[in-house]
Amino acid sequence: MEALMHQLLSGLANGGIYASVALALVMIFQSTHHINFAQGEQGMFSAYVALTLIQAGFPYWTAFLLALGFAFVSGAAIERIIIRPFERAPVLSVVIVFLGLLFVINSLAGWLFTYNVQSFPSPFPAGLGNRFLSAHEIGMVAVTLVTLLLIFLFFRYTSLGLAMRAAAQNPDASRLVGVRVTWMLALGWGLAGAIGAIAAIMAAPIVYIEPNMMGGILLYGFAAALLGGINNPWGAAVGGFIVGVIENLAGAYVVGTELKLSVALIIIIVVLVTRPAGLFGRTIVTRV
Amino acid sequence: MASPPVAAATRQRSPMQAIAVLLVLAAAATMPFIVSSFHLLQLTMVVIYSIALLGLNILTGYNGQISLGHGAFYAIGAYTTAILLDYTGLPYWAAIAVAGGLCLLVGFLFGLPALRLEGLYLALSTFALAVATPQLLKFHALEEWTGGVQGRYVSAFSPPFGLPLAWDQWLYLFSLAVAAILFLLAWNLLRGSTGLAITAIRDNPIAAVSMGINISLYKSLTFGVSAMYTGIAGGLGALVTQFVAPDSFTVFLSLGLLVGSVIGGVSSISGAIFGAFFIQFVPNVADQISKAVTWAVYGSVLIALMYLAPTGISGFLAMIVRRLREWRKVRP
Repeated sequence: MEALMHQLLSGLANGGIYASVALALVMIFQSTHHINFAQGEQGMFSAYVALTLIQAGFPYWTAFLLALGFAFVSGAAIERIIIRPFERAPVLSVVIVFLGLLFVINSLAGWLFTYNVQSFPSPFPAGLGNRFLSAHEIGMVAVTLVTLLLIFLFFRYTSLGLAMRAAAQNPDASRLVGVRVTWMLALGWGLAGAIGAIAAIMAAPIVYIEPNMMGGILLYGFAAALLGGINNPWGAAVGGFIVGVIENLAGAYVVGTELKLSVALIIIIVVLVTRPAGLFGRTIVTRV
Repeated sequence: MASPPVAAATRQRSPMQAIAVLLVLAAAATMPFIVSSFHLLQLTMVVIYSIALLGLNILTGYNGQISLGHGAFYAIGAYTTAILLDYTGLPYWAAIAVAGGLCLLVGFLFGLPALRLEGLYLALSTFALAVATPQLLKFHALEEWTGGVQGRYVSAFSPPFGLPLAWDQWLYLFSLAVAAILFLLAWNLLRGSTGLAITAIRDNPIAAVSMGINISLYKSLTFGVSAMYTGIAGGLGALVTQFVAPDSFTVFLSLGLLVGSVIGGVSSISGAIFGAFFIQFVPNVADQISKAVTWAVYGSVLIALMYLAPTGISGFLAMIVRRLREWRKVRP
């Protein structure tokens, strides 16, 4: 029983990371109907920025915030410079551009920071841990929940958040009432970049930091976003926690750690085949 | 992708073009007697990649189904060939045929659920397939067959009929013959009514259904045929490397195939050849600059190409030929 409890809770802790990645993916999907295959690499790069700042002597949380700022600005810049020209391009072109971005960021990180696996500090004092969860896992869950709360408050109670939601839902009408839709898209990308960066920085002490660290995490993020519903941010966040638990339980009791990534594949396929809208998503009806 | 005119595949080839194709083929066939053994091996890989890319082009370029996971079918082809050669004593050509058949079946079955997945969703699930492939190959329950993490060796063979050829020369010619047959079949498939149905599904699925095209059947079949091409390429690749191991079939193989396909020209047959040259030789050139630069070059080329020439090298060349013709017409 204790072992099961342990698996469940640590699954929830990992789920927080997947929830953040899924939230970032969904934010971009909602406004532009693109799936950002480079989301993980963007986060990884920001984690390297944080690590570099920490090694340069900055306090952890200062480095954390600076890295988020970097992630925000670079995310918005990528949208405006690279993605914008493909607004009306076919799906394949957009997918290819995202893959190109993935390759470029990945090898840029390898070039600047080497491919060596490095450890990453955790800011949470060891005393925080208990018999079920380590200090970092508890801190990670707290950071995720605070992030989700802040995002919720931002979208619910600020006029900028309202404008962003409007721009995603009905760009034409928003433009007519004076919302600068293109800047809202860039802002959404920036926010998604920052959320992805939080996920990567929180994951780094567990998976260690290297250019390919986000591969598996991104895959679980996809699974989470699809499970929760790709057009529902809160569904996607819940999906993240569910996927975290499924991953841990399946890894411990069903398939073993060897096949953990295949669990994500199975979740993705099962969701898409049985319930393509996800648990909390809207079903989209196309008029013929 | 801005779809190039379907006519590229369906129009009648002029005798000039047939002659050009034969000349290229003849030139390719003399290679084993001209170039060094090392370069021959590289060319063999170009031929093999071109088969794999042709499979991907049929699926992604002509049918509009995006696959980021064709490395998985390449792996299935390679492993099936390796296992059959070791356990059954089948001749290598039969082993490759069986591997192709198996991939046809697996691709068809994977295509069935994939039918419900349009565009991005298919890209996502095939991406997941690509990421999971090495883990599945390492799975301990299959270790007796796959050799687990260690991988397995592929039995060697010698040229048939006592031909006075070295092993690598024969392998090149054999691959070239297989490629020639498969290219001819693909050309024949795509220029007829089947090809029209396949491209109609890409361009306007609703209109295609209204015309009485059975979309699910065609989509799954296209997926199967595409997987078969890539699987055959995988089998030939295993013969060349004489060794298969899970880490040769990572997600980067799948992505590399898509890169080659797009750079060559995804909605064309000749694009597969250009793309194969690209993925065989460009990494080598880039590697000389720096190890990390390879994928940065891939990435930048990809993005730039989407801006400048979304139809790839093949589309670019076709455009030049068209411009030249018009220019000649205009000239008094």
